[in-house]
Formats: sequence, C-alpha cells, structure tokens
Amino acid sequence: MEFFSYLINGISLGSVYAIIALGYTMVYGIAKMLNFAHGDIIMIGSYVVFAAVSVMGMPTPVGILIAVAACTVLGVTIERIAYRPLRGVSPLAVLITAIGVSYFLQNTALLIYGANAKSFTSVIKVPPLSLAGGQIIISGETIVTILSGIVIMIALSAFVKYTKAGTAMQAVSEDYQAASLMGINVNGTIALTFAIGSALAAVAGVLLCSAYPNLTPYTGAMPGIKAFTAAVFGGIGSIPGAMIGGILLGVIENLSKAYISAQLSDAIVFAVLILVLLVKPTGILGKKHHEKV
Amino acid sequence: MTKTTKSTLITIGIALAFYLVAEILLQTGSLSSLLQGLLVPLCTYVILAVSLNLTVGVLGELSLGHAGFMCVGAFAGAFFSVCTKGVITPDGLRFFLALLIGAAVAALFGILIGIPVLRLRGDYLAIVTLAFGEIIKNIINALYVGRDGRGFAFSLKDTAGLHLDSDGQLLIKGAQGITGTPHDATFTVGIVLVIVSLLIVLNLMHSRAGRAIMAIRDNRIAAESLGIGVTKYKIMAFSISAALAGAAGVLYAHNLSTLTALPKNFGYNMSILILVFVVLGGMGNMRGSMIAAIILTLLPELLRSFSERRMLIYSIVLIALMIYNWSPKVQVWKEKNRAFFRARNPFLKRVNK
Repeated sequence: MEFFSYLINGISLGSVYAIIALGYTMVYGIAKMLNFAHGDIIMIGSYVVFAAVSVMGMPTPVGILIAVAACTVLGVTIERIAYRPLRGVSPLAVLITAIGVSYFLQNTALLIYGANAKSFTSVIKVPPLSLAGGQIIISGETIVTILSGIVIMIALSAFVKYTKAGTAMQAVSEDYQAASLMGINVNGTIALTFAIGSALAAVAGVLLCSAYPNLTPYTGAMPGIKAFTAAVFGGIGSIPGAMIGGILLGVIENLSKAYISAQLSDAIVFAVLILVLLVKPTGILGKKHHEKV
Repeated sequence: MTKTTKSTLITIGIALAFYLVAEILLQTGSLSSLLQGLLVPLCTYVILAVSLNLTVGVLGELSLGHAGFMCVGAFAGAFFSVCTKGVITPDGLRFFLALLIGAAVAALFGILIGIPVLRLRGDYLAIVTLAFGEIIKNIINALYVGRDGRGFAFSLKDTAGLHLDSDGQLLIKGAQGITGTPHDATFTVGIVLVIVSLLIVLNLMHSRAGRAIMAIRDNRIAAESLGIGVTKYKIMAFSISAALAGAAGVLYAHNLSTLTALPKNFGYNMSILILVFVVLGGMGNMRGSMIAAIILTLLPELLRSFSERRMLIYSIVLIALMIYNWSPKVQVWKEKNRAFFRARNPFLKRVNK
C-alpha cells in the first residue's frame, strides 16, 4: 500500500517533468537548440501566479491565465531578441546565449522578489481522493497534475499531427531550409513553438509550486535540468518520448527516495539515464540517424 | 624560432605579465581585500577553462561535467593533505603530492567515464557528462569517511555507519565536507600551475597526438579511414583535460579551510560557467580562454558599484557579446563598416586601384 502511494506521487512529479520536457523537446526538435532558460520561464510563471493570486487576490483561473499569457509573450520575446539573430550559427553559441537568458531571468526575479523563499499557497482546490478504505490518500494536486499531463500530451500530439501549423512544425524540424522553400514561414513556426513551450512552462510552474510550495528565483533551475534529462531519456524531439521519459524519471526519483536513500536519489536518477543512453544511445523513442560519409 | 613556439611564449608571457601586474598592485596595497581573495580562484578558473577547451575546442566534444572532475580532484587532494598533515613535513612537498594525487584520481575518473560515454555524440554526450558531474557531487555529499586504529572506514549513510572507535577521527563529513585543509595555495603557486597547464595543453596540440585529435574533431570518419585510433585519442584528450581539472580542484581546495560540494562550486552551474569562458575566448584558443576567464571573473567584481544589479548586467553583456560575435547580420554589418572606414582612411594605401 505504501508502495502504491509512492508510485502515485512519483507519477505526479513525473507529470510535471513531462510537461516541462514537452516544451524542451518541441523547441529542440524544431529550432535544434537547447533552451537552458526554459526552467526559468517556469519560475517566472510561478511568480506571476503568486503575484496575481496571493498578493493581488485575483481568482485562481484568472491568475493562471495571466501567467500563461505572460510566459507566452516572454518566450516569444526571448526568441525574437536573443535566439533569432543566432539562427544557423554554431549550436554552442546559441547554448551560451540561452545560459545568458537564464541568468537574466533569475536575476530579474531576484531584484523584484529578493532571495528569500516565498511560500506559494496551492491554487488547486480539488478534494483529496481516498482509496482502499483510507489507506491510500491521493491529494487534489496529484490528481490535477496527472490529469493535466495526460490532457496536454494528447492535445499536443493532435495539434502537431492534424493542424496546418502542426504539419508546418514537422516540416521545419525535418529540414528548415527545404520547408522555407515550400512556402512555410519558418520564423513564424519557430515563434509559435516557443509560445507553446512557454505556455506549458507556466502551467508546469503552477503545478510544481502547488506541490512544492517554496518559490525562489532558482526554483526552476533543477526541475528544468531534470526535465531536459527526461526529454533526452525518452528520445529528444519526440512528444510521447518526453511524456514517458518524464513519468519514468519522476517514478524512479520518488521510489529511490523512499526505498534507497534520500540523499542519493538524484545520483540514482542520473545513473539510470546513463545506463539507458549506453544501451540505446538516442533515448527510448528517439530516431536513429545514420551517418553518411 | 618556429611560429608555434612564438605563439606559446606570447601566451605564457601574458600569464606572467598578469602575475607581475597583480603582484605590484598587491605589494603597493592597491588591491581591495575582495580582489586579493579572488587571485587564487582566478588561477583555478584559468586552468579549468584551458583544460575544458582541450575537450570542447580541440577534441570537439561538448562536456557539461567539468566541475565533476574538479570536485573529484579537490576532494582527493584535500583528503590526502588532511590525512598526512604533520606526517609529510615540508608543506610544499605535501601540496605537490596532493596535486599529483588529485590529478591522477581525476584522470582515472576521466578514463572510466570516457570509455563508455565518448561513444555518444553532441547533445547526448553533453547531458551524460552533466549527469556524471551531478552524480559525483551527489555521492560526495553523502560520503562519510573516518579513521581509527583499525584503518579507514567508509559510509554512504551517516557517521554512525562508520562504527569508529572512541579515538576515531572523522575526515569527510558528508554534506559538511572536509575541514582543516592546510592553506597551501598561494597566488604564485597558482600562476606556476597555470603556466604548467598551458604548456601541457599547447604542447599536446602541436604534437602528433594533438594533430590526430584535431583530425578527429574536423572529420571523424576521414580520420578513422587514415588509421587514427579514434577511441584512444578521444580518451587521451578527455583524461588529460580531467587531470588538469583535478589539479585545479586541488588548488581550489587548498585555498579554503572548509571544502563542501555545493551546487554553486561543483554543480552544473560551475561547468557552464567554465564553458562560457571557453566559448567566449574562442574554441581551441588557449590564450582566449585564459583572457576570457580573467575578464569574466573580474567583471562582476568591477561591477560591484552596481551592487545588486551586477549579475543582471553581466547576463546582458553576455547575451550582447554572443550576438555581436556570432550573429550573421552583425558580421555583415561589421564587414561593411570595415570597408567604409578603410575607404576613408588617408593613412591606408588603396590596394584595389
């Protein structure tokens, strides 16, 4: 029974990782860049919800909508100012720029809110579910997190597969020069990808801070890295891969915290990642690229 | 004198000139205590940047776990020094041995990690090196080592797990790290180490092995078809890079009385910071790495008058520099203006006519 509740909590944490990883994997698949600032957009989203709901006293759905809108605008702006000028140059240069953006967001939050942790009051008001005669209690946050993870993944897969903008995304990720020759607006498509990824980051921020209520300017950094790991784990560029990678990562982390060692849980998570990559170098669902001479 | 010897001498000359300037400022007392405290870390950063450049710039593989090697070296060296404090008498000899041990342990980790990991490419390699760095930091944070009459005892849980005798001595205390490391690192020692690592890396680059490593970077398949043993040279570059990072770690550890593995000093943030030095200084350019490390370490201190806003300014400068250096549009603009200025410069001969 104990095992079951650890498992549920792991799936819940994993769903948050998965939602963040979806943003990572879409941006990577389409713009071929590691957006290191993605984790910090989560943090900004959480601060916006905190400011709107806890400080200004707005109703929760309005606060979440404002956060999603703010992060979308932020993501598109960052792409326009910092990443677009560097399209097509060495991936390392783009990576360092993304790190610069990450520092920028962290320090902006530090200037506005200070280094002290803000306690984030959970904005999810769903009654807990009690199973097996009260032996297992699943909190409202967990239910909402898992459900939103599933809904987002289905919606995103359908969007990429069945809409015109989604097909454009697939084309750009395959070969952006050929796509632009076919009349696809490459810049617009990449901006749309950043918008979707950042909106998801805002949602992930709300879910993360509802479950772990300490909000600091560095809140987003570690979940961001873990989600990136999850995206690589599942095969970077693949939407179902990000979902599977995220949930597996969350479950492994929670179970190793419970049964092996709380201090070593991060080490175990990363060790599993390394093992998977050594056996399957492109991740669980990653596509294999053949090298041509 | 060949061109490469000259270039090496200029690079080492810059290091010496920096040492002289800092030493003169130090003697005349015009360095603030903050800047004085920054001199040894500065040497550490330069060695780290030069050694990471060997992996990223010369071998062409992106590594985000360099701080992990530094961490291994730092703890191995500090552990040795704490154990032999009072046993090996001249402090200089003990520090030298600690350096060798730190470098050797880090090189060993480099080989152990390199053999499986260097098969991966690009971003996958980056994430796996990052993962290794985090694992190393995580394990050291949970490691307890003690010593008593029966020898050494290890535990990954807590002090009670060591079962020490009453006269036992606790050496590594998990998240509290190692305390009582002798303060052997000085600025002079640091500069000597910087020069030694520059010599090692530059000589390697200009040797037969170095050319093989660069051939692998430029075209792995072509290099392989010429009979270059790719794995051998990759592991060679990776482990030398790790060994130098380990030595930098020993230097870092002997500048602090308490050594702890925090995310700030040995986490992926540190690895990324070193990568920023390498990329801004120029890939494969050791002189550039050195200068970038010095400038970017001093920049936040020079911006101290902006107090809280300094890291914000640092991040904006970083983004602006990257766009200025790399953006294709800016390159075109620079090219145009170069032509513009040259055409109107009366001191320059017009070549085209």
